[in-house]
Amino acid sequence: MQTLFDALSLGSLYALGALGIALIFGVMRLVNFAHGDVISFSIFGLLWPSVDAVAIVFAGELPWFLLIPFVLAMGAGLSVLSEIIVFRRFRRANPATMMIASFALGFVIRYFLLMLFSSRPKSISLLPALSQPVEILGARIPLLQVITIAATIAILFALTAFLKRTRFGLEMRAAAENFTMARMLGVRANRVIMGAFALSGALAAAIGLILAAQTGTVDIQMGASVMLMAFIATVIGGLGSLPGAVLAGFLLGAASVVMQTVLPIDARPFRDAFVYGAVILVLIFRPQGLIAARGTKERV
Amino acid sequence: MSLLALSNLTIRYGRLSAVRNVTFTLTEGEILFITGPNGAGKSSLLRAIAGVTPPAGGRIDFAGQDITGRAPEDIARMGLSMVPEGREVFGSLTIEENLLVGTGIHAATRNWRSRAATELEAVYATFPILKDRRHSQAGLLSGGQQQMLVIGRALMTNPRLIAIDEPSLGLAPNITDQVYERLIALRSHRALTLLIVEQSSTRAQLVGGRMILMRGGEILLDGDARAMGQSEAMQAAYFGYGEH
Repeated sequence: MQTLFDALSLGSLYALGALGIALIFGVMRLVNFAHGDVISFSIFGLLWPSVDAVAIVFAGELPWFLLIPFVLAMGAGLSVLSEIIVFRRFRRANPATMMIASFALGFVIRYFLLMLFSSRPKSISLLPALSQPVEILGARIPLLQVITIAATIAILFALTAFLKRTRFGLEMRAAAENFTMARMLGVRANRVIMGAFALSGALAAAIGLILAAQTGTVDIQMGASVMLMAFIATVIGGLGSLPGAVLAGFLLGAASVVMQTVLPIDARPFRDAFVYGAVILVLIFRPQGLIAARGTKERV
Repeated sequence: MSLLALSNLTIRYGRLSAVRNVTFTLTEGEILFITGPNGAGKSSLLRAIAGVTPPAGGRIDFAGQDITGRAPEDIARMGLSMVPEGREVFGSLTIEENLLVGTGIHAATRNWRSRAATELEAVYATFPILKDRRHSQAGLLSGGQQQMLVIGRALMTNPRLIAIDEPSLGLAPNITDQVYERLIALRSHRALTLLIVEQSSTRAQLVGGRMILMRGGEILLDGDARAMGQSEAMQAAYFGYGEH
């Protein structure tokens, strides 16, 4: 039971991360390597600049129903800003150029945080009530894990409803499949791309919130480890395919947790090697990803 | 009144020029075929008009406004709808969703929802087959049905001019007949202006109307399709003898 919840909650993080990357890739064919730094940034947005080991949370007094929108807005805002300031100028550039630009942007964000906060991890107490365990079918599960999983499922349903039921969602799906054709039907390119960036940034912020609450520390590298797995999930899922990204995210989470428990003790430190090994196997047999996305050839 | 006017339009891909100094005007309600062999620059011309490929020189006016270099979505919103070569349906979307993509154009106006529903019914009345299959994936349709879908999709934006690139491509002749039948009917009861690109001139001569014959990026002939018949210049354009 504990293993199942571990797998689902880790998978949730990967799935949310992969979704954020896939959304932007879908409309722009941009592999956004700055995504991990958006995660860190949105949580550091809560803090006063300082180099102390204990974070000074200026927004920490906020009740949860204000705190969460604040963090999400932080992520969405930074993400949209990066589109307006940086990526918009690369619309007609080739994907490799855009990828390098996103790398550079990621470093700019990371060093900006380094300047204000130093590289020391800081302890932070966000939503402390959530670390209480709850009992589910005889197993003691941290409440936070349950909420993480529930929130992820809620986000997935909300996102699906948004994409399927709203006119903006329809425009985004059309644009993801064939951007030029969508524009020839009057779909506004900038609005759709900014919408994708805002959603993606909000997803990144959700990850930041969960990570900070889970570990009780924040540091400017915190986004990086989740992001690596999330990238892999987007690729395994089939670049640009949203269901694929979610599925692969959960699979990767499950694979990590399962290997942690079934591998012989001596092999456990090398767990990631086994996970990545499995990734290579998947890619050998399904190079197009688990669920291949349509129309990945077209770009703005 | 002239709806679309091109003057000295030049399109280049790198150092290669695809279209050179093309000038013509299209009157409201007119039907114009642009024909010519492969590589004549027909598709490039349409892509420039739709704002997809910015021209290297010259000017395009639509409905009295200069649209040279404007974004495709702005041009679509002004009432110039493009049906590109190869149809380009959104294969993962349902038929109805395909049709609705373009209705965002009316989103600013009040009651766009009911307006979109009215447009939808009108398109379904023209193409009943689309209504029957409205919830199936557009990628599963046959070529002829896809062609009807993309024409319907263009109509949903309520355009003044529809530009269609090779509607007969890959279709059986009797299906092509059906597509043209609907187009001609639409033109008369919606006061549509049509700009149709076809490789062969036979369809233009069958339907009638004006025809521009292009070759090597330039206009060779411009006149009544039927009168042009099998003139010497036409033979020259397709088979390559003559001065070119």
